[in-house]
Amino acid sequence: MRGPSLHYVVRRFGIFLLTVWVSATIIYIVPRLAPGDPVQATVARLMADSGSFPGAEQMIADWRERFGLNDPWHIQYLRFLKSAVTLDFGYSLVSFPTPVIAIIARALPWTIGMLSMAIAISFSLGTLIGSLMGWEHTPRPLKTLFPVSMIFTALPPVLAAVFLLFLFSSVLDWFPTMGAYARDAEPGFNLSFILSVIHHGALPAGSIILVSFGSWALGMRSMLITVAGEDYTTLGKAVGFPPFYLLYRFMVRNALLPQFTALALAIGSLISGAVLVEAIFNYPGMGTVLLGAIRDQDFTLIQGATLILIVTAAFTVFVMDLVYPLIDPRIQVE
Amino acid sequence: MTDIPDSAEAIRRRGEGLSGPSSARIRKKRRPLNVPLTSGVALVGSVLLLGILGQVFWDPGLAFPAEARPNMPPVGATSLRGHEGTWANPLGSEGSGRDMLALLIVGAPNTLLMAVVAGAISTLIGIVLGFIAGFSRTYADPVIRLISDVAFTIPPLLILIVVQSSLGSVGLYTMAVLIALFEWPRPTRQIRAQVLSMRESGYVKTAEMSGASAWHIMFREMLPNLLPFLAASFILAVSGAVLAAIGLEVLGLGPTRIPTLGTTISAAIDGAAIFRGMWWWWAFPTLVLVILFSGLLLINIGLDTISNPRLRKGAKNP
Repeated sequence: MRGPSLHYVVRRFGIFLLTVWVSATIIYIVPRLAPGDPVQATVARLMADSGSFPGAEQMIADWRERFGLNDPWHIQYLRFLKSAVTLDFGYSLVSFPTPVIAIIARALPWTIGMLSMAIAISFSLGTLIGSLMGWEHTPRPLKTLFPVSMIFTALPPVLAAVFLLFLFSSVLDWFPTMGAYARDAEPGFNLSFILSVIHHGALPAGSIILVSFGSWALGMRSMLITVAGEDYTTLGKAVGFPPFYLLYRFMVRNALLPQFTALALAIGSLISGAVLVEAIFNYPGMGTVLLGAIRDQDFTLIQGATLILIVTAAFTVFVMDLVYPLIDPRIQVE
Repeated sequence: MTDIPDSAEAIRRRGEGLSGPSSARIRKKRRPLNVPLTSGVALVGSVLLLGILGQVFWDPGLAFPAEARPNMPPVGATSLRGHEGTWANPLGSEGSGRDMLALLIVGAPNTLLMAVVAGAISTLIGIVLGFIAGFSRTYADPVIRLISDVAFTIPPLLILIVVQSSLGSVGLYTMAVLIALFEWPRPTRQIRAQVLSMRESGYVKTAEMSGASAWHIMFREMLPNLLPFLAASFILAVSGAVLAAIGLEVLGLGPTRIPTLGTTISAAIDGAAIFRGMWWWWAFPTLVLVILFSGLLLINIGLDTISNPRLRKGAKNP
């Protein structure tokens, strides 16, 4: 098995860099096209909150200086690109002395942890169900049962989140309504903390699994039916391999390849979905950070958080693109 | 043998060329009712009907705040405060005194309209770019492919969060255009791939050899054949637009003055409806969205079986 060709790696890496650059540029330009000025808006809000505000003019001038808003635009743009590369997004406008990156560093691990668990479960569950749906030896009752389990497919994860929150937190009171672990659990590597994290993450992850496993199953089913018609499957059947061996070695392994591509394509929407689900559950991940930042109009935090999420998405896709030729050597032909 | 359904399909298409009872038998067998497509159209149609009939039989003006007594449950239900639902507000009312039924009647068409506009724009961009990229053998393809690869990796919702949070409140059409501006890479990629594979098919080669112009081949020969596929692509774009809109609205970035299904749910979340036992506030708009999404999904599955005969129930499972 050879590794991916150099040209392929370079192209993929180029796409990764371009993605980050393009999104950083959009994130830089758009707020500056809009009327108003974040500093003035923030000071205006402070004034509205506390009535009169002595020295507001001085404060605006100070902040403009501190955030570098007096420099020419290309200097500001280059500085923004530099901050995107060094992950230094300056200070949060609202909770001023806290740097944006500190807020993100607290939140991002929760998002990544919860989302990757959800993806792992929904991808394997969906692939398993899809294979069984497309397989000729699956018992009939199962085949009619599976589509019923998919009624939530193609629903926005947020709606599933609202529904689960209502059913399991409000009515049944089985799961907590917010947070990532119980207040009395001591963070660290101990059983009660881990159980508490799972208990709190179950509903957010569950909403993502509920709406996404069906699409993996549908994709897998149609791919398996295609593979079942290939000559090598017919040959395997003619040779007399047992049905289950045939399913696993001949069909599932080949049908899995497009599933993997579909997963890489879905990363972006999965991250968007997770952000919204977290906002519903007050899960201390990026979604809750973004929701708060939007409410407070904390522009530096919105910029930093969205850019980090985009970089995370682009980097995941880049890594998956690198892994793909290893599992499907035919990609070399491209 | 996978090509049996394909060749049967081909025979059916040529139809008249075959003589006798065999062709009639084949044609009859291959015309089952497309159940997913029909039921999907019915579901989406019922959401549309809710908007149309609702305007006639109910007062949409009740969708404004303080037009109804706030926090009232639907008919037959009792709220935690002990109020019973009345026929003045059959589906209850929400926290700021908007009638739920009127909210659905006004909100559902707004959501649908926004999504259809956004879906149409992004599919149109997709058709233009996809055909150019898939058909031309020049620099256009790698350029368009690179741009759409890059744009595809950026999750639209995240960019839209930045755009809308700096624009402030937006209208329905602005939102549709903004969503379309970040949703076009999906249809572009799908259509390019289809055009690319269809370009090699026999009838395109024949048209090419008989001297048809590129324009003629693209829009008179290939486009009609791609119609079911383009329709599926459009439906997918519409449901993607609803998805993006709901995401933005839940984060409080939707249109603030015009009620949609998403803004209603967003208001319910902000108003802690889930914990105040006011299930009608979020459940009814969610139900309409579930009907809408299921309908769009079924239409998509139905269109898939048209453009890919292998998936048909009638086609023998090999």
